[in-house]
Amino acid sequence: MQNGLEHSTATGELPVSQQPEVDYVRVRFAGDSGDGIQMTGTRLAESAARFGNDIATFPDFPADIRAPSGTIYGVSAYSLNIGHTEVSTFGDETDALVALNPAALRKYLEGVKLNGLLIIDTDAFTERAITKAGFSSNPLEDGSLSNFRLLPLEITSNTEKALKETGLSAKDARRCKNMWTLGLVLWLFERSTADVELWIEQKFHKKPDLAKANIMALQAGHLYGEVADLPPDVSRYRIQPAPLVDGEYRSINGNEGMAYGLYAGATLADLELFYGSYPITPASPLLHTIAKLKELGAISFQAEDEIAAICAAIGASYAGHLGVTGSSGPGIALKTEAIGLAIMTELPLVIINVQRGGPSTGLPTKTEQSDLFQAIWGRNGDAPLPVIAPAHPGECFDIGIEAVKLATKHMTPLMVLSDGYIANASAPWKLPDFSDPAYAPFPVEKAKDPTNFLPYDHDPDTMARPWAVPGTAELMHRIGGLEKQAGSGDISYDGENHQLMTQIRAQKLEGIAKSISPQHVESGQTTGKVAVLGWGSSWGPIRVAARRAELEGKSVSHIHLRHLWPLPPNLYELLSGFDRVVIPEMNNGQLATVLRSQMDIEVESISCVKGRPFLVREIAKIIEDALGATS
Amino acid sequence: MTDLKPKDFASSLDVRWCPGCGDYAVLKSLHKILAETGARLEDTLCVSGIGCSSRLPYYMATYGFHTIHGRAPAIASGAKLANPELDVWVFTGDGDGLSIGGNHLLHALRRNLDMQIVLLNNQIYGLTKGQYSPTSQKGKRTPSSPGGTVEMPLNPARFAIGAGSKFIARSIDTQAKVLGPILEAARAFDGTAFVEVLQNCVIFNDGVFDHLKDKKQGPDHTIVVEHGKPMVFGLNRDKGLQVKPGGFGLEVVTLEENGVAEADLLVHDETNHALAVALAELGENDGEPTVLGILFREQATEFGKASRAGLPEKPLSMDEKLSRLSATLRAGETWGVGGDTT
Repeated sequence: MQNGLEHSTATGELPVSQQPEVDYVRVRFAGDSGDGIQMTGTRLAESAARFGNDIATFPDFPADIRAPSGTIYGVSAYSLNIGHTEVSTFGDETDALVALNPAALRKYLEGVKLNGLLIIDTDAFTERAITKAGFSSNPLEDGSLSNFRLLPLEITSNTEKALKETGLSAKDARRCKNMWTLGLVLWLFERSTADVELWIEQKFHKKPDLAKANIMALQAGHLYGEVADLPPDVSRYRIQPAPLVDGEYRSINGNEGMAYGLYAGATLADLELFYGSYPITPASPLLHTIAKLKELGAISFQAEDEIAAICAAIGASYAGHLGVTGSSGPGIALKTEAIGLAIMTELPLVIINVQRGGPSTGLPTKTEQSDLFQAIWGRNGDAPLPVIAPAHPGECFDIGIEAVKLATKHMTPLMVLSDGYIANASAPWKLPDFSDPAYAPFPVEKAKDPTNFLPYDHDPDTMARPWAVPGTAELMHRIGGLEKQAGSGDISYDGENHQLMTQIRAQKLEGIAKSISPQHVESGQTTGKVAVLGWGSSWGPIRVAARRAELEGKSVSHIHLRHLWPLPPNLYELLSGFDRVVIPEMNNGQLATVLRSQMDIEVESISCVKGRPFLVREIAKIIEDALGATS
Repeated sequence: MTDLKPKDFASSLDVRWCPGCGDYAVLKSLHKILAETGARLEDTLCVSGIGCSSRLPYYMATYGFHTIHGRAPAIASGAKLANPELDVWVFTGDGDGLSIGGNHLLHALRRNLDMQIVLLNNQIYGLTKGQYSPTSQKGKRTPSSPGGTVEMPLNPARFAIGAGSKFIARSIDTQAKVLGPILEAARAFDGTAFVEVLQNCVIFNDGVFDHLKDKKQGPDHTIVVEHGKPMVFGLNRDKGLQVKPGGFGLEVVTLEENGVAEADLLVHDETNHALAVALAELGENDGEPTVLGILFREQATEFGKASRAGLPEKPLSMDEKLSRLSATLRAGETWGVGGDTT
């Protein structure tokens, strides 16, 4: 064990390290949106995960479908951190940048560490392309890259050369340059091309010519690394497998995990899943994934708009299915009135908000966590709603299940706050074993017995009302958005009753607060100098920075909220055990404001709304500053 | 189970529409045809939006959902997709269905999911106290249009045809003899049946349909069409419809004038789309009768059945689902760490 690394596989904790290129390597592919960058990155990620590395990825692509080639704004990138230790984030800096054109180099050079590796496709560095990218001279020749290790390669012509015999047109052959590049990068990581070849064969099984060409390009890139005379300062990366907990793994991104988790949750609740949705970035893959679960009985419905999507889900819940709808901020805004209806009618409903930069249309493809106020408070009337959030892609599956559990147990709509980063980032994920008690079924009982049946009779613990679905004999009743008489559910305009019903709706959340597990400390001690409090996808950078600081002997703990509303009842007590509580958030201080409204505690808000997660060094600085202020 | 009577479909709540409101008659017709067609209380679901007409579910002893403004078709669609056995009715109005909820109505009609959408058209906003609606006649003076509206009114049947509706019917609230059979046919139709009911608002738009309802005038201003029957109308049954000579559209002719005999009149073909367009428009100009009855009916793919293709034939057990999910999760690349290898 070096640098105080502790391998504690028994608890599932991976060691954290500060040694880039020894314990982890951060690589970034960047090129035109049409260059197949996302696919290349994903394949390397899969390959590394399969090898046993811990990985964290960050796909970063423009909102344009095919932006004009060679432009800065048209650059698509995929960042990947491959670790023998826990990586948790895609990394602040890049150890190796693969730039397939000048614009990609210009956009991402700043993130490359000093003496980092630059793999460049020199064929793309035409005078025109260099000018278009905004360089005043050719950076490959003007000495401006002297602080980096440069590996200039004729990637495009090498690819064309390799595919000469295939009979593919030059244009089609050039399209395989991403595979040539991937082959070279696999060689750089001392990995074989076998996994990727298998994937190509499956992907192009209907087009064997294309499959063959892609495999040839991949192998040619790999071979190039093997035989070409590379500069002496280009060394290969040897990243050993991470000591992950034993088990069967796959890689998963947050949207996939959430979709599967919702299906699993509905199943464990003994319900059918109904997903009503309207396409929106970055939530659409939820719809795509659930649509593929039709053979498993999941119903997906692409509605005419966001409102119809949630309304159909509410209708399905009323009829006895588990209604789910998913969207992103602007779509959630449209669903607001219907969420109120679900609160008034006390029907189980799960609403997934895959957050993106706002307000309004905002930054569709960039991540943010600025819909917390919207989730907690964004409705007319006193309209409480539980809100939970996954911290990373691997947690989404369990969050999906918990969402269903809470919604059905308490007969309430519930909102899950995912975000664009979690949705698109992938990580190795230990496949669930449904015989594990953690996945014990929680079958929902629907009302059947007409004796003393009252549609708005509430269970004193959960504050759930009976779920009597149409089709059930002798339980006919009418519900709706008008205030209900407690018990009978008849329309009531009575003030005293409204007071009572308002309390009942609030008590649902009190019931949830009682049933959720107490807030734990993610890393560090339960008391100390500084607590870094986070939620959602700021988990990765906080985790890495806090654990590193802790390894250096600093009194820093990481607390991460999964239950945002209601808050865990022990949170005040826990936070009170620290001299300072700092909250780094990808918004303008929303959680800090929520906490200040709920407890008499001083918290410090640090905001970062730059369309990307925090960097580890930014959190490290926050920790440093907070520690400095306590001493 | 004993046969249900119309009154068995009435809930215990007092009906709270204004005395004289046309909605009472619609409710009565509905109770009657549900009883006559053997509907069951527990399998019947009435969904509505917001507005006077949308109170209807409260007056039904069936399951009912009084939802939010304009969204009833979407909520009804979700319920019907979840449980295809339900007999789903949507009650809406000209404001609820054609203004705030126009988009949902459009797409519901286009999809053709098996349900009935009954639009009570009183050409006014009643519950908000008398503002003009999308179907109000041009020039209508209301609190929000003191100088008279300058908007062109929307014709619901034309809207339905444009949306691709496969069942379009029109009736008058108090004409149970026309409305009853329409509601029955709508219930029997395997798809979305759209029924417009011209309904009198006694407070804010009283008498707007009097010329159609009046015992003497009405028969000259309306025609009740029936599939396979010649299009005759009028108090004295002396008027009829013909295709305009040398052009598109319909014209009113008088029998025994210019040698026109009943055999020369158009015969209603409810499957003829072009005819339905012409019938829907009729009545917009002076001298033309407003067409009542089933204007258009055509069997087509029902959305629910089509969308269920590919679902398991029988609901899967929890174990089956979990095992299929496990297989799906492992369908791509997986790898083992430690002793557990794949």
